[in-house]
Amino acid sequence: MGKWTCLMVDEILKKFPKSKDYLLEILHELQNNDPKQYISAENIKAIAQHLNICQSQVYGVVGYYSMLSAKPRGKNLIRVCNSPVCKMIGSEHTINHLTKKLKIQLGDTTADGKFTVEECECLGNCSQAPSLMINSKLYGNLTSESLDDLLKEF
Amino acid sequence: MAKEVRIALRNSGVINPESIDEYITADGYQALRKSLRSSQSGIYDEIIESGLRGRGGAGFPTGTKEKTTALICTDCEKYVVCNADEGEPGTFKDRVIMETDPHSLIEGMIIAGYSINATRGFVYIRGEYALSIERVQHAINKAREYKFLGTNILGSGFDFDIEIRRGAGSYLCGEELTLLESLEGKRGYPRIKPPYPAEKGLWGKPTLINNVETLANFPPIILNGAVWYKSIGTDKSPGTKIFTLSGDLCNPGYYETPTSITLRELIYDFGGGIRNGKKFKAALLGGAAGTFASEKFLDVQMGYDKLKEQGLTLGSGAIVVIDETRDLIETLESILKFFKHESCGKCIPCRIGTTQIYHDICCFNEMSAIDRDKTYKNILNQAEVMAKTSLCPLGQSPILPLKSLWQNFSDYLVSTSK
Repeated sequence: MGKWTCLMVDEILKKFPKSKDYLLEILHELQNNDPKQYISAENIKAIAQHLNICQSQVYGVVGYYSMLSAKPRGKNLIRVCNSPVCKMIGSEHTINHLTKKLKIQLGDTTADGKFTVEECECLGNCSQAPSLMINSKLYGNLTSESLDDLLKEF
Repeated sequence: MAKEVRIALRNSGVINPESIDEYITADGYQALRKSLRSSQSGIYDEIIESGLRGRGGAGFPTGTKEKTTALICTDCEKYVVCNADEGEPGTFKDRVIMETDPHSLIEGMIIAGYSINATRGFVYIRGEYALSIERVQHAINKAREYKFLGTNILGSGFDFDIEIRRGAGSYLCGEELTLLESLEGKRGYPRIKPPYPAEKGLWGKPTLINNVETLANFPPIILNGAVWYKSIGTDKSPGTKIFTLSGDLCNPGYYETPTSITLRELIYDFGGGIRNGKKFKAALLGGAAGTFASEKFLDVQMGYDKLKEQGLTLGSGAIVVIDETRDLIETLESILKFFKHESCGKCIPCRIGTTQIYHDICCFNEMSAIDRDKTYKNILNQAEVMAKTSLCPLGQSPILPLKSLWQNFSDYLVSTSK
């Protein structure tokens, strides 16, 4: 991930046809390329211009989908599965361990901007519950030890 | 001991999912060649004859849906959409297919596209499934390279191409009409049904929507015939089903078996029995929008029809096994919390209802037996109203776990000694 500039936003937007059905694809692409993993107000404006739709429509979509965020987040996004299966096996423990270790509340970002911890719905890794995702990678069968090891990788 | 019969997962773990050549060696794209030589009606008639039912959860006869979409108009634009927005808690079968054998999905989609005379296909994959997205995109690229996708496919004159669209974390978008809204670049709000997608789907055009597992069954059915497929499983839900086992089991995982398998065989032969030497208490069948089965249902066959006779559901094939030490109210609470969180808020019964029933169940464990009885019946009443008045399956679903828990575990629910 290099320096994030207006030029890069233009480059990304140029890859997509000016059709509204590409909105989610564009949002994913911009968010994934942003070092703070979010959709900024400037980017929302740029998307609205590109697709020739109102900014409120873009905001509406960003606000609806749980993977998208209009608030800056950490460099590494930890999404802890809190669906019924993971919860039964022990996702509360995962959340408690992570928030304690990183000294933040659920949904917050660490002071150094390195991690954000969020809870999310079923990640489809139920046979290895409890599980979580860090950025785009999936991890399962979590224990206090494996969580500590995992954090060291980032 | 029961054995797996792999049809949708025939290549899973056998071939390299990133090698189209290995897929072709394993009879890959032979069904497409056969289809392109046959008439379009020949394909949907074969699927109707096979008795294949939608594997996403609803269990609607697949061929019938295909035929309706094919016949609704002859020269209008149509689409095929693959629902890969797998989000039902406890379900991960579509992820396994996409990660281990993406070409079977692509081939199934092209065949479906040919049978209804569509020109474009979309795979709507949930955004969290990064590896699935990567593998399916790779498979699409390779299929284009080998001329299985694009214009004049294999010299047949049929044009068809597929694109991936990513979801962004909404359970509701797994509902077919909501998925279409999302595909059009909008918030995932459900549409009023009817019109069904076969009449008015994506951008108002006739659209065939099928689940990943359903489509992965197309090539083997076309290749081996409906008679072969029908000979497997139960009479009214023939074929195989991928069951995803999770919870308190020794060997949780995914297993594809004929639908005639029993819950006991799944739990003990495949799942290896209950973890840590504990006893079985309940199984949640079909995920959050599913039903609780008690011990007396262990010998019921897992076909849609057989389970329905018992007031149970198969849904997406999720089986969450719960051992004797768990509190079922806690499980129920997490399910109701899930619905509350995922309710989109468009219709009032679901928006208010999911919040209200979650609120009511939260203090359940502190109540006296009489209060429990009263409270639970009140919750059931509310869920009944939601089922009758909500716009989409989300608001219609809480009644399933609630009612089955009441029917099969009423003594447990009102007893205060746990």
